[in-house]
Amino acid sequence: MALRTKEKGAAKFIMRQLRWFIGMLSIVAILAIILFNPIPSILEWQSVLLRRSLNVLLLCGLFCLWRILRGPTPADRIVSVDILGILILGFCAILGIPTGRDWYIDIGIAWALQSFISTLALAKYLEGRNLDE
Amino acid sequence: MSKSRIILFILGLLIWLGLSWPVNPQHLIVGVLVAGFVALLTGDMFIKRPYLFKHASRYLWFLYYLPIFIWECIKANIDVAYRVIHPNRPLNPGIVKVKTSLKSDTALTFLANSITLTPGTLSVDIDQEGGFLYIHWIDVKSSDVEEASKLIVERFERILRRIFE
Amino acid sequence: MSELIGYIFIVIGLSFDFFGCLGLVRFPDVYNRLQASTKSVTLGTCSILFGLFLIKGMSAPGIKAILCIIFIILTSPVSAHALARGAHKSGVRLWDKSICDRYEEEKR
Repeated sequence: MALRTKEKGAAKFIMRQLRWFIGMLSIVAILAIILFNPIPSILEWQSVLLRRSLNVLLLCGLFCLWRILRGPTPADRIVSVDILGILILGFCAILGIPTGRDWYIDIGIAWALQSFISTLALAKYLEGRNLDE
Repeated sequence: MSKSRIILFILGLLIWLGLSWPVNPQHLIVGVLVAGFVALLTGDMFIKRPYLFKHASRYLWFLYYLPIFIWECIKANIDVAYRVIHPNRPLNPGIVKVKTSLKSDTALTFLANSITLTPGTLSVDIDQEGGFLYIHWIDVKSSDVEEASKLIVERFERILRRIFE
Repeated sequence: MSELIGYIFIVIGLSFDFFGCLGLVRFPDVYNRLQASTKSVTLGTCSILFGLFLIKGMSAPGIKAILCIIFIILTSPVSAHALARGAHKSGVRLWDKSICDRYEEEKR
């Protein structure tokens, strides 16, 4: 009986390592496809780097959306929305460099303010109190 | 005009000038009007003890506090990255209770913010009368009040007391 | 030269952001997720904004980026604190393998 549980534990351990390995491999593969496909030319590395960093931020946003979809409790979903708001500020900041339009960072500031206030309101709602308290 | 209104006016004007950076007279006039209006309306709400802004030593201690804070932030990020990548997720979480001797609102806010951004800790609630903080710790080393306060709070407390108290 | 340093800052910030969002997916309960994502995403976005400041210099977007850094460092821990408190009050349990929960003991 003890041997059996031990075997079961070992199998579970190996399964977990395997899952970790497959997950990391797929993430590294997705990152490599984003960053090196097609192979960037050396001459205009700045615009290439910025365009691909936007793609990396989009991948981060997809992770947040996955947590919103799966989250077992409402608190998980609110945390994801909060993190998504901060990510969009970084997105706007990077977007302003290659296009040369300075007003993207203004959108980022407004979005961060709105996100902070809405997070506080949602936290109050989670706590189960009135908003004017 | 009380002192706290003047300080709030200066802070608001600085933020306005930052938001409309290349300074020209039009923006300056509008900024003075708006900052004066805001300072008149919400004068005594934000700054309770304006005499604290006079001491030069507080600013020097704040400059001493900044690099320590940034270094702790970077350590926290490397710690989180290690825990995320590791296959077995080396977590050992729990909520502990720590004790602090700071009293004023600003100092407690800054203490809670510093605790949240430093390695492995997240402040959950504050009990202001007793001076207790409840902290979620990702790697609990001891659940005792004294031990935990020595490990988490003490390094910030002694600087923050000189800045805000 | 300062442009190159700015791009290096942007890449560092991106990697921090990425680890934070990976932690949002991998960690087991709300409080751990909050820890990982708040710390990493805050410092990562601050690093991106500082890179923007180094690239643009003392122009309008650069100064706005500095203001954004101050704003984020002040507000992001506050919202994390409010969310953790709200989650605990609404009855979200800690992870099964947690060591201790002093807050729950005190509330009773």
